[in-house]
Amino acid sequence: MYDFNYHQPKSVAEAGKLLAADNQKPLAGGMSLLPTLKLRLNRVDGVVDLAALADLQGIRREGDTLIIGATTPHAMVATSADVQQAIPALAKLAESIGDPLVRNRGTIGGSIAHADPGADYPSAVLGLGATVVTNQRQIAGDAFFTGLFETALQPGEIITAVRFPIPEKSGHAKLRQPASRFAIAGVFVSKRAHEVRVAVTGVGPHVFRLTQAEAALAKSFAPAALDGITLDAAGLNSDIHASNVYRANAAVEMTRRAVAAAS
Amino acid sequence: MPRVSLTVNGQTVAGEVEGRTLLVQFLREHLQLTGTHVGCDTSQCGCCTVHLNGIGVKSCTVLALACEGAQVTTIEGIAEADKLHPMQEAFREHHGLQCGYCTPGMIMSALDMVRRKGFDLDEKTIRHQLEGNICRCTGYHNIVLAVQAGVKAMKARG
Repeated sequence: MYDFNYHQPKSVAEAGKLLAADNQKPLAGGMSLLPTLKLRLNRVDGVVDLAALADLQGIRREGDTLIIGATTPHAMVATSADVQQAIPALAKLAESIGDPLVRNRGTIGGSIAHADPGADYPSAVLGLGATVVTNQRQIAGDAFFTGLFETALQPGEIITAVRFPIPEKSGHAKLRQPASRFAIAGVFVSKRAHEVRVAVTGVGPHVFRLTQAEAALAKSFAPAALDGITLDAAGLNSDIHASNVYRANAAVEMTRRAVAAAS
Repeated sequence: MPRVSLTVNGQTVAGEVEGRTLLVQFLREHLQLTGTHVGCDTSQCGCCTVHLNGIGVKSCTVLALACEGAQVTTIEGIAEADKLHPMQEAFREHHGLQCGYCTPGMIMSALDMVRRKGFDLDEKTIRHQLEGNICRCTGYHNIVLAVQAGVKAMKARG
Protein backbone atom coordinates (compact mmCIF):
# COMPACT_ATOMS: atom_id res chain seq x y z
CA MET A 1 0.00 0.00 0.00
CA TYR A 2 1.43 3.36 -1.02
CA ASP A 3 1.32 6.07 1.63
CA PHE A 4 -1.43 8.69 1.71
CA ASN A 5 -2.63 11.49 3.94
CA TYR A 6 -5.28 10.66 6.52
CA HIS A 7 -7.98 13.21 7.31
CA GLN A 8 -10.59 13.03 10.04
CA PRO A 9 -13.12 15.81 9.42
CA LYS A 10 -15.46 17.05 12.15
CA SER A 11 -18.49 17.53 9.89
CA VAL A 12 -19.95 16.35 6.59
CA ALA A 13 -19.36 19.86 5.19
CA GLU A 14 -15.67 19.68 6.10
CA ALA A 15 -15.47 16.17 4.60
CA GLY A 16 -16.96 17.50 1.36
CA LYS A 17 -14.34 20.24 1.18
CA LEU A 18 -11.48 17.79 1.80
CA LEU A 19 -12.83 15.46 -0.89
CA ALA A 20 -12.88 18.28 -3.42
CA ALA A 21 -9.05 18.09 -3.63
CA ASP A 22 -7.41 15.78 -6.18
CA ASN A 23 -7.54 12.02 -5.72
CA GLN A 24 -9.13 11.81 -2.27
CA LYS A 25 -11.40 8.96 -1.22
CA PRO A 26 -13.98 8.79 1.53
CA LEU A 27 -13.27 6.01 4.05
CA ALA A 28 -16.10 4.39 6.00
CA GLY A 29 -15.50 0.89 7.43
CA GLY A 30 -12.62 0.32 5.02
CA MET A 31 -13.58 -3.30 4.33
CA SER A 32 -13.39 -2.72 0.56
CA LEU A 33 -11.24 0.40 0.17
CA LEU A 34 -8.30 -0.75 2.32
CA PRO A 35 -7.93 -4.13 0.54
CA THR A 36 -7.98 -2.41 -2.87
CA LEU A 37 -5.26 -0.01 -1.68
CA LYS A 38 -3.18 -2.87 -0.25
CA LEU A 39 -3.44 -4.83 -3.47
CA ARG A 40 -2.53 -1.64 -5.39
CA LEU A 41 -5.70 -1.90 -7.42
CA ASN A 42 -6.27 1.67 -6.32
CA ARG A 43 -4.01 4.52 -5.27
CA VAL A 44 -5.06 7.67 -3.45
CA ASP A 45 -3.38 10.84 -2.22
CA GLY A 46 -5.63 11.01 0.80
CA VAL A 47 -8.47 9.32 2.64
CA VAL A 48 -11.22 11.24 4.40
CA ASP A 49 -12.47 9.15 7.33
CA LEU A 50 -16.22 9.49 7.82
CA ALA A 51 -16.45 7.00 10.69
CA ALA A 52 -16.43 9.58 13.48
CA LEU A 53 -19.31 11.63 12.03
CA ALA A 54 -22.18 10.74 14.36
CA ASP A 55 -24.93 12.09 12.10
CA LEU A 56 -24.06 9.52 9.42
CA GLN A 57 -24.75 6.56 11.71
CA GLY A 58 -27.99 5.07 12.97
CA ILE A 59 -31.34 3.61 11.96
CA ARG A 60 -34.74 5.24 12.27
CA ARG A 61 -38.24 4.70 10.96
CA GLU A 62 -40.29 7.61 9.66
CA GLY A 63 -43.78 6.43 8.72
CA ASP A 64 -43.43 4.04 5.79
CA THR A 65 -39.72 4.66 5.33
CA LEU A 66 -36.71 3.09 7.00
CA ILE A 67 -33.71 5.42 7.02
CA ILE A 68 -30.26 3.91 7.52
CA GLY A 69 -27.27 6.21 8.03
CA ALA A 70 -24.37 5.70 5.61
CA THR A 71 -21.81 4.55 8.17
CA THR A 72 -24.15 2.14 9.98
CA PRO A 73 -22.32 -1.19 10.17
CA HIS A 74 -23.88 -4.36 8.78
CA ALA A 75 -24.04 -5.90 12.28
CA MET A 76 -26.28 -3.05 13.44
CA VAL A 77 -28.63 -3.45 10.46
CA ALA A 78 -28.76 -7.23 10.99
CA THR A 79 -29.69 -6.95 14.67
CA SER A 80 -31.89 -3.83 14.58
CA ALA A 81 -35.43 -4.51 15.85
CA ASP A 82 -36.70 -1.72 13.54
CA VAL A 83 -35.17 -3.38 10.46
CA GLN A 84 -36.23 -6.88 11.50
CA GLN A 85 -39.80 -5.71 11.97
CA ALA A 86 -40.11 -3.37 8.94
CA ILE A 87 -38.03 -5.18 6.28
CA PRO A 88 -36.94 -8.58 7.64
CA ALA A 89 -35.25 -9.55 4.37
CA LEU A 90 -32.93 -6.53 4.70
CA ALA A 91 -31.80 -7.69 8.15
CA LYS A 92 -31.25 -11.17 6.74
CA LEU A 93 -29.24 -9.77 3.83
CA ALA A 94 -27.02 -7.77 6.23
CA GLU A 95 -26.41 -10.93 8.28
CA SER A 96 -25.21 -12.74 5.12
CA ILE A 97 -22.41 -10.28 4.32
CA GLY A 98 -18.79 -11.38 4.86
CA ASP A 99 -18.22 -12.72 8.36
CA PRO A 100 -19.06 -11.40 11.85
CA LEU A 101 -15.86 -9.33 12.13
CA VAL A 102 -16.39 -7.76 8.72
CA ARG A 103 -20.02 -7.03 9.65
CA ASN A 104 -18.82 -5.24 12.81
CA ARG A 105 -16.90 -2.76 10.68
CA GLY A 106 -18.28 -2.65 7.11
CA THR A 107 -20.98 -0.09 6.34
CA ILE A 108 -23.98 0.21 4.05
CA GLY A 109 -22.80 3.48 2.52
CA GLY A 110 -19.35 2.08 1.85
CA SER A 111 -20.80 -1.01 0.21
CA ILE A 112 -23.03 0.85 -2.22
CA ALA A 113 -20.45 3.54 -3.00
CA HIS A 114 -17.89 0.83 -3.82
CA ALA A 115 -20.47 -0.93 -6.04
CA ASP A 116 -18.74 -4.28 -6.19
CA PRO A 117 -20.61 -6.43 -8.74
CA GLY A 118 -20.98 -9.19 -6.10
CA ALA A 119 -21.98 -6.95 -3.17
CA ASP A 120 -25.29 -7.58 -1.41
CA TYR A 121 -26.68 -4.16 -0.47
CA PRO A 122 -27.05 -2.96 -4.08
CA SER A 123 -29.74 -5.63 -4.58
CA ALA A 124 -31.70 -4.19 -1.64
CA VAL A 125 -31.33 -0.62 -2.94
CA LEU A 126 -32.72 -1.60 -6.34
CA GLY A 127 -35.06 -4.32 -5.08
CA LEU A 128 -36.81 -1.99 -2.65
CA GLY A 129 -36.70 1.12 -4.84
CA ALA A 130 -34.60 2.95 -2.24
CA THR A 131 -33.32 6.51 -2.47
CA VAL A 132 -29.65 7.31 -1.86
CA VAL A 133 -29.26 10.57 0.07
CA THR A 134 -26.01 12.49 -0.36
CA ASN A 135 -24.61 15.77 0.96
CA GLN A 136 -25.80 17.34 -2.31
CA ARG A 137 -28.99 15.63 -3.49
CA GLN A 138 -31.22 12.58 -3.48
CA ILE A 139 -30.51 9.89 -6.08
CA ALA A 140 -33.12 7.31 -7.08
CA GLY A 141 -31.77 3.79 -6.50
CA ASP A 142 -32.65 2.96 -10.12
CA ALA A 143 -30.18 5.62 -11.34
CA PHE A 144 -27.43 4.99 -8.79
CA PHE A 145 -25.48 1.99 -10.11
CA THR A 146 -24.06 2.87 -13.53
CA GLY A 147 -21.32 0.30 -14.24
CA LEU A 148 -18.69 -2.05 -12.87
CA PHE A 149 -17.59 -0.33 -9.61
CA GLU A 150 -19.26 2.84 -10.97
CA THR A 151 -22.05 4.91 -9.48
CA ALA A 152 -23.80 8.23 -10.09
CA LEU A 153 -21.76 9.81 -7.26
CA GLN A 154 -19.72 12.85 -8.30
CA PRO A 155 -16.31 13.81 -6.85
CA GLY A 156 -16.83 15.34 -3.39
CA GLU A 157 -20.27 13.79 -3.06
CA ILE A 158 -20.81 11.78 0.14
CA ILE A 159 -23.62 9.34 0.84
CA THR A 160 -25.28 10.36 4.11
CA ALA A 161 -28.15 7.83 4.28
CA VAL A 162 -30.27 5.36 2.36
CA ARG A 163 -34.07 5.66 2.49
CA PHE A 164 -35.89 2.34 2.07
CA PRO A 165 -39.66 2.42 1.47
CA ILE A 166 -41.22 -0.36 3.59
CA PRO A 167 -42.89 -2.98 1.33
CA GLU A 168 -45.75 -5.38 2.02
CA LYS A 169 -43.38 -8.30 1.60
CA SER A 170 -39.72 -8.80 0.80
CA GLY A 171 -37.38 -11.73 0.38
CA HIS A 172 -33.67 -12.35 -0.14
CA ALA A 173 -31.81 -15.40 -1.40
CA LYS A 174 -28.17 -15.76 -2.25
CA LEU A 175 -25.92 -18.37 -3.74
CA ARG A 176 -22.70 -17.34 -2.08
CA GLN A 177 -19.13 -17.94 -3.04
CA PRO A 178 -18.14 -20.14 -0.09
CA ALA A 179 -14.80 -18.46 0.67
CA SER A 180 -15.52 -14.77 0.12
CA ARG A 181 -19.28 -14.84 0.91
CA PHE A 182 -19.85 -12.56 -2.08
CA ALA A 183 -22.90 -13.34 -4.19
CA ILE A 184 -22.47 -15.62 -7.19
CA ALA A 185 -26.12 -14.78 -7.61
CA GLY A 186 -28.07 -12.78 -5.05
CA VAL A 187 -31.69 -11.71 -5.45
CA PHE A 188 -33.81 -9.27 -3.49
CA VAL A 189 -37.56 -9.20 -4.20
CA SER A 190 -40.22 -6.87 -2.84
CA LYS A 191 -43.94 -6.56 -3.29
CA ARG A 192 -46.10 -3.54 -2.71
CA ALA A 193 -49.59 -2.61 -3.92
CA HIS A 194 -48.52 -1.14 -7.26
CA GLU A 195 -45.31 -3.00 -8.07
CA VAL A 196 -43.07 -6.00 -7.67
CA ARG A 197 -39.32 -5.53 -7.85
CA VAL A 198 -36.66 -8.16 -8.48
CA ALA A 199 -33.00 -7.07 -8.26
CA VAL A 200 -30.08 -9.33 -9.08
CA THR A 201 -26.48 -8.92 -7.89
CA GLY A 202 -23.33 -10.91 -8.66
CA VAL A 203 -24.57 -11.81 -12.12
CA GLY A 204 -23.89 -8.72 -14.26
CA PRO A 205 -21.34 -5.88 -14.22
CA HIS A 206 -23.66 -4.16 -11.76
CA VAL A 207 -26.96 -4.89 -10.06
CA PHE A 208 -29.97 -4.99 -12.39
CA ARG A 209 -33.72 -5.64 -12.34
CA LEU A 210 -35.14 -8.84 -13.76
CA THR A 211 -38.11 -7.29 -15.56
CA GLN A 212 -39.66 -10.47 -16.99
CA ALA A 213 -39.77 -11.94 -13.49
CA GLU A 214 -41.28 -8.73 -12.11
CA ALA A 215 -44.08 -8.86 -14.70
CA ALA A 216 -44.82 -12.52 -13.93
CA LEU A 217 -44.77 -11.98 -10.17
CA ALA A 218 -47.03 -8.92 -10.45
CA LYS A 219 -49.74 -11.30 -11.74
CA SER A 220 -49.05 -13.98 -9.13
CA PHE A 221 -46.52 -13.51 -6.35
CA ALA A 222 -45.55 -17.19 -6.10
CA PRO A 223 -42.49 -19.24 -7.10
CA ALA A 224 -44.52 -21.10 -9.76
CA ALA A 225 -45.11 -17.82 -11.59
CA LEU A 226 -41.44 -17.95 -12.59
CA ASP A 227 -41.74 -21.23 -14.51
CA GLY A 228 -40.45 -20.72 -18.05
CA ILE A 229 -38.61 -17.47 -17.21
CA THR A 230 -35.01 -17.48 -18.44
CA LEU A 231 -32.23 -14.95 -18.46
CA ASP A 232 -30.00 -14.44 -21.52
CA ALA A 233 -26.44 -15.29 -20.43
CA ALA A 234 -24.73 -13.06 -23.01
CA GLY A 235 -22.61 -10.41 -21.33
CA LEU A 236 -23.08 -11.78 -17.81
CA ASN A 237 -20.20 -12.35 -15.37
CA SER A 238 -18.09 -15.43 -15.84
CA ASP A 239 -15.15 -16.48 -13.65
CA ILE A 240 -13.51 -19.52 -12.07
CA HIS A 241 -16.39 -19.86 -9.61
CA ALA A 242 -19.30 -19.82 -12.05
CA SER A 243 -19.86 -19.37 -15.78
CA ASN A 244 -22.29 -16.80 -17.20
CA VAL A 245 -24.73 -19.59 -18.13
CA TYR A 246 -24.60 -20.96 -14.57
CA ARG A 247 -25.17 -17.48 -13.15
CA ALA A 248 -28.13 -16.85 -15.48
CA ASN A 249 -29.79 -20.02 -14.19
CA ALA A 250 -28.84 -19.26 -10.59
CA ALA A 251 -30.41 -15.79 -10.84
CA VAL A 252 -33.79 -17.29 -11.73
CA GLU A 253 -33.49 -19.99 -9.06
CA MET A 254 -32.54 -17.43 -6.40
CA THR A 255 -35.56 -15.35 -7.47
CA ARG A 256 -37.74 -18.40 -6.89
CA ARG A 257 -36.22 -18.91 -3.44
CA ALA A 258 -36.46 -15.22 -2.52
CA VAL A 259 -40.17 -15.24 -3.39
CA ALA A 260 -40.69 -18.44 -1.39
CA ALA A 261 -38.89 -16.87 1.60
CA ALA A 262 -40.68 -13.49 1.33
CA SER A 263 -42.47 -12.24 4.42
CA MET B 1 4.67 12.25 10.54
CA PRO B 2 1.22 12.19 12.12
CA ARG B 3 0.91 11.07 15.71
CA VAL B 4 -1.64 8.68 17.15
CA SER B 5 -2.50 8.21 20.78
CA LEU B 6 -4.77 5.49 22.14
CA THR B 7 -5.25 3.06 25.00
CA VAL B 8 -4.01 -0.49 24.48
CA ASN B 9 -4.74 -3.07 27.18
CA GLY B 10 -5.38 -0.26 29.64
CA GLN B 11 -2.12 1.59 28.97
CA THR B 12 -1.99 4.94 27.19
CA VAL B 13 0.34 4.66 24.22
CA ALA B 14 1.36 7.02 21.41
CA GLY B 15 3.55 6.94 18.36
CA GLU B 16 4.34 8.48 15.01
CA VAL B 17 2.81 6.59 12.12
CA GLU B 18 2.19 6.99 8.41
CA GLY B 19 -1.27 7.48 6.97
CA ARG B 20 -1.13 3.94 5.65
CA THR B 21 0.05 2.30 8.90
CA LEU B 22 -2.35 -0.44 9.90
CA LEU B 23 -3.49 -1.03 13.45
CA VAL B 24 -1.85 -4.47 13.42
CA GLN B 25 1.49 -2.94 12.33
CA PHE B 26 1.26 -0.37 15.11
CA LEU B 27 0.57 -3.10 17.67
CA ARG B 28 3.31 -5.45 16.47
CA GLU B 29 6.05 -3.13 15.24
CA HIS B 30 5.64 -0.03 17.43
CA LEU B 31 4.41 -1.63 20.66
CA GLN B 32 6.03 -5.06 20.18
CA LEU B 33 2.71 -6.69 21.04
CA THR B 34 3.35 -9.63 18.73
CA GLY B 35 0.55 -11.82 20.08
CA THR B 36 -1.70 -10.40 17.38
CA HIS B 37 -0.73 -12.21 14.18
CA VAL B 38 -0.91 -11.41 10.50
CA GLY B 39 -2.10 -14.37 8.45
CA CYS B 40 -3.65 -13.48 5.12
CA ASP B 41 -3.41 -9.66 5.29
CA THR B 42 -6.62 -9.53 3.22
CA SER B 43 -9.25 -9.63 6.00
CA GLN B 44 -10.11 -13.28 5.40
CA CYS B 45 -8.37 -15.29 8.11
CA GLY B 46 -9.02 -13.45 11.39
CA CYS B 47 -5.53 -14.06 12.91
CA CYS B 48 -5.29 -10.33 13.57
CA THR B 49 -8.56 -10.01 15.49
CA VAL B 50 -8.50 -7.48 18.35
CA HIS B 51 -11.22 -5.55 20.15
CA LEU B 52 -11.60 -1.91 19.12
CA ASN B 53 -13.77 -0.03 21.59
CA GLY B 54 -15.06 -3.42 22.71
CA ILE B 55 -15.94 -4.72 19.25
CA GLY B 56 -14.08 -7.46 17.37
CA VAL B 57 -12.29 -6.22 14.23
CA LYS B 58 -9.63 -7.47 11.86
CA SER B 59 -6.72 -5.17 12.71
CA CYS B 60 -5.05 -5.75 9.32
CA THR B 61 -7.86 -3.72 7.77
CA VAL B 62 -8.06 -0.79 10.20
CA LEU B 63 -5.81 2.27 9.91
CA ALA B 64 -3.82 3.12 13.03
CA LEU B 65 -4.79 6.79 12.74
CA ALA B 66 -8.48 5.83 12.75
CA CYS B 67 -7.91 4.56 16.32
CA GLU B 68 -7.06 7.98 17.80
CA GLY B 69 -8.46 8.03 21.33
CA ALA B 70 -9.75 4.45 21.04
CA GLN B 71 -9.59 1.57 23.51
CA VAL B 72 -7.90 -1.50 22.02
CA THR B 73 -7.66 -4.90 23.67
CA THR B 74 -5.30 -7.55 22.31
CA ILE B 75 -4.65 -11.15 23.30
CA GLU B 76 -2.00 -9.84 25.72
CA GLY B 77 -4.65 -7.87 27.60
CA ILE B 78 -7.24 -10.46 28.60
CA ALA B 79 -5.46 -12.47 31.32
CA GLU B 80 -5.43 -11.21 34.89
CA ALA B 81 -1.79 -11.17 36.03
CA ASP B 82 -0.70 -14.86 35.91
CA LYS B 83 -4.23 -16.21 35.64
CA LEU B 84 -5.35 -16.99 32.11
CA HIS B 85 -8.73 -15.73 30.92
CA PRO B 86 -11.29 -18.60 31.05
CA MET B 87 -11.38 -18.68 27.24
CA GLN B 88 -7.56 -18.98 27.08
CA GLU B 89 -7.65 -21.67 29.77
CA ALA B 90 -10.29 -23.58 27.79
CA PHE B 91 -8.11 -23.51 24.64
CA ARG B 92 -5.20 -24.86 26.71
CA GLU B 93 -7.29 -27.51 28.45
CA HIS B 94 -9.02 -28.74 25.28
CA HIS B 95 -5.98 -28.35 23.04
CA GLY B 96 -7.85 -25.92 20.80
CA LEU B 97 -4.78 -25.44 18.64
CA GLN B 98 -2.27 -27.32 16.55
CA CYS B 99 0.41 -24.91 15.32
CA GLY B 100 -1.15 -22.10 17.35
CA TYR B 101 -0.87 -19.39 14.72
CA CYS B 102 -4.61 -18.70 14.50
CA THR B 103 -5.18 -19.06 18.26
CA PRO B 104 -5.00 -15.40 19.37
CA GLY B 105 -7.52 -14.48 16.68
CA MET B 106 -9.73 -17.45 17.55
CA ILE B 107 -9.82 -16.42 21.21
CA MET B 108 -10.50 -12.73 20.52
CA SER B 109 -13.16 -13.72 18.00
CA ALA B 110 -14.74 -16.16 20.48
CA LEU B 111 -14.95 -13.36 23.06
CA ASP B 112 -16.63 -11.11 20.49
CA MET B 113 -19.07 -13.94 19.81
CA VAL B 114 -19.98 -13.98 23.50
CA ARG B 115 -20.51 -10.20 23.37
CA ARG B 116 -22.83 -10.57 20.38
CA LYS B 117 -24.65 -13.78 21.21
CA GLY B 118 -24.46 -14.20 24.97
CA PHE B 119 -23.39 -17.18 27.06
CA ASP B 120 -25.72 -19.80 25.63
CA LEU B 121 -23.92 -20.93 22.51
CA ASP B 122 -24.58 -24.31 20.91
CA GLU B 123 -22.08 -26.06 18.68
CA LYS B 124 -23.83 -25.01 15.45
CA THR B 125 -23.82 -21.35 16.46
CA ILE B 126 -20.14 -21.48 17.40
CA ARG B 127 -19.16 -23.11 14.09
CA HIS B 128 -21.20 -20.59 12.12
CA GLN B 129 -20.00 -17.57 14.06
CA LEU B 130 -16.34 -18.56 13.71
CA GLU B 131 -16.53 -18.25 9.92
CA GLY B 132 -14.30 -15.17 9.95
CA ASN B 133 -11.40 -17.16 11.43
CA ILE B 134 -9.43 -19.75 9.51
CA CYS B 135 -7.29 -22.54 11.00
CA ARG B 136 -4.98 -23.85 8.30
CA CYS B 137 -4.25 -26.94 10.43
CA THR B 138 -8.03 -27.54 10.24
CA GLY B 139 -8.14 -28.04 14.01
CA TYR B 140 -11.71 -26.86 14.22
CA HIS B 141 -13.06 -29.75 16.26
CA ASN B 142 -11.09 -28.89 19.38
CA ILE B 143 -11.45 -25.16 18.77
CA VAL B 144 -15.23 -25.57 18.93
CA LEU B 145 -14.92 -27.71 22.08
CA ALA B 146 -12.67 -25.06 23.62
CA VAL B 147 -15.10 -22.23 22.85
CA GLN B 148 -17.96 -24.26 24.32
CA ALA B 149 -15.98 -24.88 27.50
CA GLY B 150 -14.69 -21.29 27.62
CA VAL B 151 -18.12 -19.73 27.37
CA LYS B 152 -19.41 -22.12 30.04
CA ALA B 153 -16.58 -21.10 32.37
CA MET B 154 -17.25 -17.42 31.65
CA LYS B 155 -20.93 -17.91 32.49
CA ALA B 156 -20.05 -19.66 35.76
CA ARG B 157 -17.64 -16.85 36.61
CA GLY B 158 -20.43 -14.30 35.98
